Amino acid sequence: MRRIRRRTPWPIATLALIGLAFFVVPLAGLLAQAPWSRLVEVASSGLVLDALGLSLLTSALATVAGAIVGIPLAWFLARSEQRGLGIVRAIVTLPLVLPPVVGGAALLFALGRRGSLGGPLAEATGFVLPFSIWGVVVANAFVAMPFLIITVEGAIRALDQRYEHAAATLGAGRWTTMRRVTLPMVAPGIMSGLVLSWARAFGEFGATITFAGNLGGRTQTLPLAVFVALESDREAAIVISLLMVAVSITVLVLLRDRWWRVT
Amino acid sequence: MRRLTIGLCLALASCGGSTSDDLIVFAASSLAGPFGEIATAFEGEHPGVDVQLNFAGSTTLREQLLEGAPADVFAAADPQIVNAVTSAGIATGAAIPFATNRIVLAVPPGNPAAITGLADLADPGLLVGVCAPQVPCGTLARAVLAASAAAISVDTEEPDVRSLVTKLEAAELDAGLVYASDIGILEEVPMPAGVSATTVYPIVTTSDHPLSEAFVAFVLSAEGRRILSDHGFELP
Repeated sequence: MRRIRRRTPWPIATLALIGLAFFVVPLAGLLAQAPWSRLVEVASSGLVLDALGLSLLTSALATVAGAIVGIPLAWFLARSEQRGLGIVRAIVTLPLVLPPVVGGAALLFALGRRGSLGGPLAEATGFVLPFSIWGVVVANAFVAMPFLIITVEGAIRALDQRYEHAAATLGAGRWTTMRRVTLPMVAPGIMSGLVLSWARAFGEFGATITFAGNLGGRTQTLPLAVFVALESDREAAIVISLLMVAVSITVLVLLRDRWWRVT
Repeated sequence: MRRLTIGLCLALASCGGSTSDDLIVFAASSLAGPFGEIATAFEGEHPGVDVQLNFAGSTTLREQLLEGAPADVFAAADPQIVNAVTSAGIATGAAIPFATNRIVLAVPPGNPAAITGLADLADPGLLVGVCAPQVPCGTLARAVLAASAAAISVDTEEPDVRSLVTKLEAAELDAGLVYASDIGILEEVPMPAGVSATTVYPIVTTSDHPLSEAFVAFVLSAEGRRILSDHGFELP
């Protein structure tokens, strides 16, 4: 079988290359400045390992928490015929466009120990979210969950409902239909949504530093460590940045090959 | 294509960022209050001039300047930071100290945690904030903590003094070490003599803008000094 290969027209190729360079040049800048001799020393320092561990843990927890409530919300947005759904969708996607610092401040005023919700919580249980690891998770989830919701909503919308109808006609109950037909069909969408929202949580900075503060070993994630290091030890900042790039690219490439193949 | 470029220029109000009349001032976060007022007064004296203020942690500003950010005047909360800019050949004049600021122990309005002194901050149940050691107010806070000999458990190291003050004002923190000039609605709890630390603010011109020296002179003038002292700064 002979495959027909067409050359990309040169104007498109040129513009596409410029677009690609836009992403490659900053990365190359990091690599060019990298202090290779200090790579291992910085990357294995207690501060960086603490921050890496905290980043991996909080971004994973935020993704799981986001999935538990975000997938049902995506379902609701895709399937409900309720009026005013546009407003719900706008609220859900707000964190995508809001500056994260604003999100962090909003979280602080709502969930801080003087906040409208955090106040009663702190009084009843003594539990205070800000300046704790749970504050980091909440900030991450707030910023990252919309990525999961819009991806999953899109997948559910794109689903051909005739499969579900067919299952129902063949005697499957609602729960069986969902478990055996709907969920497997939207699984790739859920996976890509989880990956996107994890990646966003892993890189979260503004909402975290505003809501959860910055303390090494407790709330200082990798992006916060980069920010603080930029002003004192630029080489360390570059090493931490490269570490973030390496972790993110590894996860994105691995998952893309496995689940995230957009067909 | 040409029309497109002109259109873009109009849309952005100016090409190349600022017109020659704009004066760009980089100033430490802690100067946000007085420099806002000083800029307005300066614009009043020089009609047609627009003073653009860029506030951030002094070290952030230093990094931006070293990377070639356009600034006409630089005012920082630490002489060493200005020295770094001067030795990089960016300063166009001599650095002049124009204000000093003291680190104080600040608590939210009404002192909800009933803090009476630095020693109380050893209680791990309290939420205590300082500035990150990379910025001058964090360096000073470390000096205070070292001098006090109390084992203080810090809960957050904020990237600049404004974000620390915001969290104290919201009473999300019980106590923090901030500048005397940042007290505002916060309350000051006295610290033992000899524990507090003070920083000196130098100002320097960083371009040949015709008005950069005039702005420095205005900060050093009687009116500039009055505004600084109104905001809780001490004068050298």
